[in-house]
Amino acid sequence: MLGLDKKDTTLLLIVAVLTMCAPFLLNPFPEGSGMAQFNAGYPDLMQRFVIFGIFAIGFNILFGLTGYLSFGHAAFLGVGSYAAVWMFKLLSMNVLPAIVLAVIMSGLFAMLIGFISLRRSGIYFSILTLAFAQMMFALAYSVLTPITGGETGLQLALSDPRILGASATAEGNIPVPALFGLEMRSSTVWEVGAWKFTFNTGYYFCAVIMLVSFFLAIRIFRSPFGMMLRAIKSNQQRLRYTGLNPKPYTLAAFVISGMYAGLAGALMASMDPLAGAERMFWTASGEVVLMTILGGAGTLIGPVLGAGVIKYMENIVSKINSDILHGWFAFLPDGLEDFVVAIIYPFIGKGWHLTLGLMFMLVVIFLPGGLVEGGQRIARAFRRGKKNEAPKAASTEPAE
Amino acid sequence: MDAIILQILNGLDKGSAYALIALGLTLIFGTLGVVNFAHGALFMIGAFCAVTLSRLFNLSHEVEVPGQTDFLGNPLKKDVPYLHDIFGEATGSAIIDWSVPLAILFAIPIMIAVGVIMERGLIKYFYKRPHADQILVTFGLAIVLQEIIKYYYGANPIPTPAPDAFKGSFDFGAMIGFAENTIIYPYWRLVYFCFAAVIIGAVFAFLQFTTFGMVVRAGMADRETVGLLGINIDKRFTIMFGLAAAVAGLAGVMYVPINPPNYHMGMDFLVLSFVVVVVGGMGSLPGAVAAGFLLGVLESFASMREVIDLIPGINQVIIYLVAIIILLTRPRGLMGRKGVMED
Repeated sequence: MLGLDKKDTTLLLIVAVLTMCAPFLLNPFPEGSGMAQFNAGYPDLMQRFVIFGIFAIGFNILFGLTGYLSFGHAAFLGVGSYAAVWMFKLLSMNVLPAIVLAVIMSGLFAMLIGFISLRRSGIYFSILTLAFAQMMFALAYSVLTPITGGETGLQLALSDPRILGASATAEGNIPVPALFGLEMRSSTVWEVGAWKFTFNTGYYFCAVIMLVSFFLAIRIFRSPFGMMLRAIKSNQQRLRYTGLNPKPYTLAAFVISGMYAGLAGALMASMDPLAGAERMFWTASGEVVLMTILGGAGTLIGPVLGAGVIKYMENIVSKINSDILHGWFAFLPDGLEDFVVAIIYPFIGKGWHLTLGLMFMLVVIFLPGGLVEGGQRIARAFRRGKKNEAPKAASTEPAE
Repeated sequence: MDAIILQILNGLDKGSAYALIALGLTLIFGTLGVVNFAHGALFMIGAFCAVTLSRLFNLSHEVEVPGQTDFLGNPLKKDVPYLHDIFGEATGSAIIDWSVPLAILFAIPIMIAVGVIMERGLIKYFYKRPHADQILVTFGLAIVLQEIIKYYYGANPIPTPAPDAFKGSFDFGAMIGFAENTIIYPYWRLVYFCFAAVIIGAVFAFLQFTTFGMVVRAGMADRETVGLLGINIDKRFTIMFGLAAAVAGLAGVMYVPINPPNYHMGMDFLVLSFVVVVVGGMGSLPGAVAAGFLLGVLESFASMREVIDLIPGINQVIIYLVAIIILLTRPRGLMGRKGVMED
């Protein structure tokens, strides 16, 4: 289907079904129950899942395929956000032109930065991208305040021209981002018994875009171009000896992944129309590296998985506090309860970064292929168990 | 002229910190071939060694002051540090006052222990892995270390003063023949610079003039041959890792009075230190030190009012700008060797 082989089609369909049913799947616990805090099915978080999924998919096209570790990718996300908000300010609140301009702008920036940074490889490339991103962050924060809004960030105002739309709604409010009248923030709530499912327009919009980007990423992975990028990762020298110049291919990969980042930035701005420089800080670039590695660099589904895990932890684990912990372990004797809570407490709430860091280290040490490799190992272990029963059913492991 | 000297002086203390961290990074990279993203965390742990020692010294118990009462009529109590009981009031106060310099002695064994544990416990297993994996695992370690510190010390900066003798500033201009009050320079920054110079000199002397240092340098040049000569080079490299950790830690200890430490100071310095290392040339010790001071001074020049008026925002980006220009014109940095980290 759509030029994909059977395995990829299945993967795409699974991802499509999962994202479309996310409001159900992420809300498995009824409202008001003790487990309700683990529900991730609220629009804000679901939007973040898919948006950062897009960001990580794009980063993976560069890092997973070519092996170039960029430490400044958040800069393109920031450029995308700023471009989108400017579109909202000047043109109209329709999200499509905003997204288009954001992708173009971030593509241009990626072309410029990539052209310079890709003259070097290895850690020098990482430092160059980091330097560019930090420079853009510092400038956005200080000198470019007229364009970027500086510390307060770029916000919409009632006095914005919005030549194709209205400056203000009939009630005198700032209009909200919409897709041809379909407001991004509008949601339908569906209550089934104790469960409450929220269907948010913005989420579904982002989800559809993520599916399209995911499809494009699969096509890139399977294309001759993707093959070239893998060749660059495995041995650039050999590629040059074959008479091929790797530079245009790496630059193309860099620009594509920059455009993905810009798209993610535009979607962030579409969901909540403001943009701040802190989105470009190097910790934000580090975050997308974490997501990609955690999920599995160079695999298709890995980055999306990593983005989901990290955003889930950021929003859910960080909300657990000591009272909740005491509630969970109330069945233990008093002294033991306090002891268990005292042990777990540093890892939750504000300490979720500690859990993240430990998890990340464990993944890098024991599972260099990320969570996807973990899944594959488990699957292989099961398959091996079956193989012992029926030795003739030996299957070859598909190369990922 | 006086403005220029002032800016050079201002740049020296930050440059010293960059140079010390970059020196440690380069030591680790040159000996073990590992890119250590947790080096900023070592700097921060050093700073918190100073904080811890100062808190330990200030541990106190309440003593009733005879003959005085507070406004409720209860006997007035005052805190007396245990050190006063042990050493008497005058010596005790002096020790508390000098807690930051004394923390050097406290930090050296701790930092060497932390470094050796880190190398033996984690980094040892990453020699054969790609550089990207080393970067990532040490990045994870840095997050973990920083969160542990945050858990115990909180997220706010903790002011820890310098000894009274070094508080305040002095008129450097008057000493070298300028008009009075043109070049005012804080004492502690001068102390920091001298301290950094001593440490850097000591590290170089250690590598240059001792047998141990000679073997280490030989190992940096050709690890295999040194191993074939029957020398246990791994053990020496582990010690070098401990030494590099100690250098970073000491840089952190002495930096405490300049900037109150918080848990993410390591990361803030790490990014810049990496830029410094790359500008100096990966694997070159003199390059790292020179680039550290160079970038520190450039940064301080760029924050002069006249320069900012000329090129707005230059103070924010100068280091990165210089890094980009140097990397593009001198691909291996200022003093880099051929074939380092170019895979």
